[in-house]
Amino acid sequence: MNIEVNGKRRDVQAATLAALLEELGYEDRLVATALNRNFVRAADRQGTELKAGDAVEILVPRQGG
Amino acid sequence: MENRPLAIYGTPLSSRLLVGTAQYPSPAILAEAIKASGAEIVTVSLRREAGASRSGESFWSLIRELGAKVLPNTAGCRSVKEAVTTAQMAREVFATSWIKLEVIADDDLLQPDPFGLVEAAAILVRDGFNVLPYMTEDLVLAEKLIGAGCEVLMPWGAPIGSGRGLNNPFALQALRRRFPHVPLIIDAGIGTPAHAAAAMELGYDGVLLNTAIAKAGDPVSMARAFALAVEAGRLAYCAEPIPPRDMAEPSTPQLGRAFADLPRRA
Repeated sequence: MNIEVNGKRRDVQAATLAALLEELGYEDRLVATALNRNFVRAADRQGTELKAGDAVEILVPRQGG
Repeated sequence: MENRPLAIYGTPLSSRLLVGTAQYPSPAILAEAIKASGAEIVTVSLRREAGASRSGESFWSLIRELGAKVLPNTAGCRSVKEAVTTAQMAREVFATSWIKLEVIADDDLLQPDPFGLVEAAAILVRDGFNVLPYMTEDLVLAEKLIGAGCEVLMPWGAPIGSGRGLNNPFALQALRRRFPHVPLIIDAGIGTPAHAAAAMELGYDGVLLNTAIAKAGDPVSMARAFALAVEAGRLAYCAEPIPPRDMAEPSTPQLGRAFADLPRRA
């Protein structure tokens, strides 16, 4: 399935947001997620299904001003 | 005037200097500079990261070790929707309902979008956030943001990273006088400790800055300089400075002056 992750198109196997994080190596990381510009809580990732063309954001803590 | 301690959304603070965590030469210098600044609140952000790099993780452990309270920002957001989603993501990751709300309208000046700011603030306040809006110094905007539920306001001194100091002291002073009981923090544009002291002498409750420390030749010393300047400015404000005069007023007593009986010009 072709989706957009952090602005880049890629083919993924994952059917849910939780599975996507695992597929991309984020499973034990502190991240925040959004699907199609809407926030998805960590608790809801398992039940959040992905479909072709979705845009996922995976963000991590960074320096800020 | 009594120097009452500052409280932000119910959290008492002993330092009135808030600092950013970006642009430092190294994580070690960042840590030393934050310590030297005495700041109890540091700003952080959320960004994309390549899956393998894990730099976000080491940054976050560094900040947690410092024990500072974090103020996540919505830096770079250009719409209400982006800012609200980013704030919600930040609340989960950083486990705080505080948000430095930025809705940016102009790419050159990074000027806040006042209309988007009020709309986003209202949505976030309803959602339980404690919003600290990064705003222009506009008095009416301040009123609208307070009406939307913001208990703290953060007007800019000058554009982010410009180091120009307080571009509009008249408006900043008007804001201070109009809202004497609202915590007001100058956010952005500060270049030198003198600028920070000037903001505090206007009666501002605090100063938030990043670039002026991070990009200084010696960030750790500069952090200390800002800490001293903010404290000096606050003490000066509470000590009630004299009003400026147009003419001289002798400081040495005139009574008993020698030659007082001689004509002024021989």
